[in-house]
Amino acid sequence: MEIIMTIINGLSIGGTYAMIALGYTMVYGIAKMLNFAHGDIIMVGGYTIVLFFPISPIVGIIASVIFCVTVGIVVERCAYKPLRGASPLAVLITAIGVSKLLQSTAQSLPFIGSKPKGITYNFGNLQIGSVSISVLTLITILCSIAVMVGLTLFVKYTKTGRAMIAVSEDRGAAQLMGINVNFIIMITFIIGSALAAVAGVFLVFKIQDVGTTFGAMPGIKAFAAAVIGGIGSIPGAMAGGLVLGFIEAICGMVPALSPYTDAIEFAILILVLLVKPTGFLGKKRREKV
Amino acid sequence: MALLEVKNLDVHYGVIQAIKDISFEVNEGEIVTLIGANGAGKTTTMQSIMGLIHPSHGEIYYDGQKINGIPSHKIVKLGMTQVPEGRRIFSELTVYENLLMGAYTRKDKDGIEKDFADIYALFPRLEERKNQIAGTLSGGEQQMLAMGRAIMSRPKLLMLDEPSMGLSPLLVDQVFEIIKHFHEIGTTILLVEQNANKSLAISDRAYVLENGKIVLTGTGKELLTSEEIKKAYLGG
Repeated sequence: MEIIMTIINGLSIGGTYAMIALGYTMVYGIAKMLNFAHGDIIMVGGYTIVLFFPISPIVGIIASVIFCVTVGIVVERCAYKPLRGASPLAVLITAIGVSKLLQSTAQSLPFIGSKPKGITYNFGNLQIGSVSISVLTLITILCSIAVMVGLTLFVKYTKTGRAMIAVSEDRGAAQLMGINVNFIIMITFIIGSALAAVAGVFLVFKIQDVGTTFGAMPGIKAFAAAVIGGIGSIPGAMAGGLVLGFIEAICGMVPALSPYTDAIEFAILILVLLVKPTGFLGKKRREKV
Repeated sequence: MALLEVKNLDVHYGVIQAIKDISFEVNEGEIVTLIGANGAGKTTTMQSIMGLIHPSHGEIYYDGQKINGIPSHKIVKLGMTQVPEGRRIFSELTVYENLLMGAYTRKDKDGIEKDFADIYALFPRLEERKNQIAGTLSGGEQQMLAMGRAIMSRPKLLMLDEPSMGLSPLLVDQVFEIIKHFHEIGTTILLVEQNANKSLAISDRAYVLENGKIVLTGTGKELLTSEEIKKAYLGG
């Protein structure tokens, strides 16, 4: 029984991390930057659902995705695009600045403020045999599986998806194919932000209480997941997310371990970096001049 | 009117001037070669034409239209592309997908189908390996793929940057045969090569680059027999 629950929890937590990690890994692979404001997009998505939920849950979810995508596009156009070709350090600092900007903007908005907000909504439980699973957990698992399958198919079988791989591998050669690199980067930010919005919605329902920095912890863990899986690799982000999810689920089941969950997760990150610095599925790329 | 015209081009990398006041032209239907040693500025010139590097001074015209300042992907749409130095195929994509990337700007499905057939006829190896990940191909096969990929965009002007580099003599011959074939089907060619012998033999005209400057120009035949060229590039 406990094993089944652990697996289900692992899939649900891991699926959420994977959705966020995909945003990190795709932006890193394609735009060659670490978007440290990605965690704050989760927060934007979370607050949007909190504010719109009273109108209707569906409206809330749609608003959340639309608003996150908009913020993602604006951030990319205004903060990152002007720095294309600048030193990676300048881009990194800018991303941290954007992160702080999003957090403090949220705090200064009167309808958000500095006090945590939340939604309490009971999705109910599903009884399968002797196992009782929360419907929210099931939706999270199904949704993250759909996202991962959908994204894999998109990248493999659409023209834009293949162009994303091409740009991530060799931006110059991709341009010689007639690929508009700025457009592909924009698409990447749109997909990443939409996934962060969905993850934000699930997190809000799960933790029921959000502050303006609530995206930071899942954001940093998903980043760790992306690195463990091999940053830049889409299947890697999925694998890394699931690994962290299962670790968290197992720690949650063992009372002696549960206070150390975060420490164990980051210790594993360090371990992976020591043994295989490129992550599970990451590749060594030769640098182009 | 020249298909491609480069006028008074200067390119700087920081304070270093890589290209010094270069002017040359490529007429429709020609094969033109830029020869020169390593570091002479051949690749820089090619990349400036494609908009991958921004020149500090000078103009580049394609078909009468000024193209410097236009983003690379739009230059490709105008009808020119480049086989870059070192092939730079997409090693994570399959052979088929690489060729498909070459046709990225095209929407004519039937034409693309036909060009696939043509390319597979020209490079049977690529058809045999069409579902193989391109990174697993040999160097020669990768060069064929890079050339096939470029021709998939049906360019009016095809530029090739050192296509024979690092290949065995047999493969070098094959590469030059393919360039001749592309020329015969109506493609104007701008070639950059260190292999002066082979490239001059197939060229209508050529320019010799030294330290970022054009120091000599003439027809392929003239340069092949020129004493200076013999000494510097043809090994005696």
